[in-house]
Amino acid sequence: MAQKELEVILARQLTSYLSIPAFIVDPDGTLLFYNEAAEAVLGRRFGETGELALAEWANGFEQTDESGARLDPADQPLVVAVTQRRPAHRQFWLRGFDGMRRHVEVTGLPLIGTGGRYVGAIAYFWTLPNA
Amino acid sequence: MKIIFRGTRGSLAAPGPETARYGGNTACVEVRAADNSVLVLDAGTGIRRCGAALPASLRRVDILLTHLHMDHIQGLGFFRPLRTPGVEAHIWGPVSSTLSLHARLSRYLSPPLFPVRLRDLEAKVELHEVPCGSAQIGPFRMSAELICHPDAAVGYRLVSPEGSLAYLPDHEPALGVRDFPGSPDWTSGAALAEGVDVLIHDAQYTDAEYPKRVGWGHSSLSQARAFAELVGARHLVGFHHDPGRDDDDLDRMYADASTPALSVTAAREGATISPERTTAATDGLR
Repeated sequence: MAQKELEVILARQLTSYLSIPAFIVDPDGTLLFYNEAAEAVLGRRFGETGELALAEWANGFEQTDESGARLDPADQPLVVAVTQRRPAHRQFWLRGFDGMRRHVEVTGLPLIGTGGRYVGAIAYFWTLPNA
Repeated sequence: MKIIFRGTRGSLAAPGPETARYGGNTACVEVRAADNSVLVLDAGTGIRRCGAALPASLRRVDILLTHLHMDHIQGLGFFRPLRTPGVEAHIWGPVSSTLSLHARLSRYLSPPLFPVRLRDLEAKVELHEVPCGSAQIGPFRMSAELICHPDAAVGYRLVSPEGSLAYLPDHEPALGVRDFPGSPDWTSGAALAEGVDVLIHDAQYTDAEYPKRVGWGHSSLSQARAFAELVGARHLVGFHHDPGRDDDDLDRMYADASTPALSVTAAREGATISPERTTAATDGLR
C-alpha cells in the first residue's frame, strides 16, 4: 500500500479545516490535495481534478505578473518550494479552470518532517482585490 | 509466535482488585518466536515481570519503543536483562528532529528521576532510531512508521513465518477526518497494519468519551474496529485501557465488539496469543 507520509496526512487534515486556500504536493510535486477554499480560487472542485503531475498543474493555469507577462513556471512559489526546497512568495494573476482571472498572493513552503525528511510542499494562497 | 501481554493499561498504572483481570500495568507486550528470539514492545511497568520471566540464558533482546511518554518507558530501569552483564540489548525508538534517542532516554534514566544512568546499565546497549526502513530481527521482519499521536510516535509491524502482528498502542487515526475511515492511503498507520493476523491497537475510549478528548492521541473502540476493518486485520486486540476503567467496565465495553469477519478482544495482562498465520504477507522475509 502506498500510504502518504504522516506529515502530509496531517497537513491535509489541517487544511481541510482552514478557510485559507491551500494546495499540497508530494516530493515530486504531484498535486495530492487542495482544500475547499482553494477550489474557489482554482475554479474546480478537487474531486473533479484528482492528483496531477507537477508539469500538468504548473503549466495548466495561466499565470501572469503585474505587467501581464506570463510567469515562468519555475518561478512559481510552490515550484520553488519543491525544486529548491526553500520558501518562496510572490503576487501574480492566476486564471483558474473556470476561466476567471484572480489576483493572488502565494507562499510556498517545503514540508520537512521528523528527522529532516522532505515529504512534500504546501502553498497557501491569499486572494487580493482584482483592481 | 507467542504474544504475551505484560501490561495493557494506558496513561498510568492502575493496580487494584478492580483491575485484576485485565491488569494494571502500563504498556508492554512480549513477542517470542519459535527459536526463542524475544522482542519486547514498549517498556511500561509491565516490563518488570517480562524481564523476570525471560530465561537467564538470554543473550539478546530487542526493545521496540513506540514513543517516550512515561507509560511506555517507566519500566526500563527495572528490566532485568538490562542489568545483566553479557546481554546484548537493542533499543529501538522514534527519531527526533532535535535530540538523539540517547539524549531523550537519558532525560529519564538519570538523576533526579532515576538513580541509574543509561550508560551505567550492565548490558551492552545499542540504540536505533526509527523509522529506518525495515530490519531483520531474528525471524522477524520489522518495520516502523510514524503514526498520529502527540510528540512523535511510531507503530511497528512484525512479520515472521509464524504470523504477523501490528502494534499501534497509542494512535488517533480519526483525528481531523470528517468521515472516518477514509481511504487507506490517507489513513495514518494503514500500511503498517495492512492484512495482519493480529492488530494490537489503542481503544482507550468509548464513543461517548472521544468527543471530549479529540487530539489527545487515542481512539475509541469503534474507531479501532473501523481501522481494523479498513486494513483487513483478522484479530483486533483493544489496548491502552483507560486507567479509570475497571474489569466490569471492560467486560461491558467488549461484550458485543466482535463481528463475523473480525474477532475483537480486550488485551488482558498475562494472556498469551499464538496467532495462526492466515495472511499472505511476507514483507520480504528471508
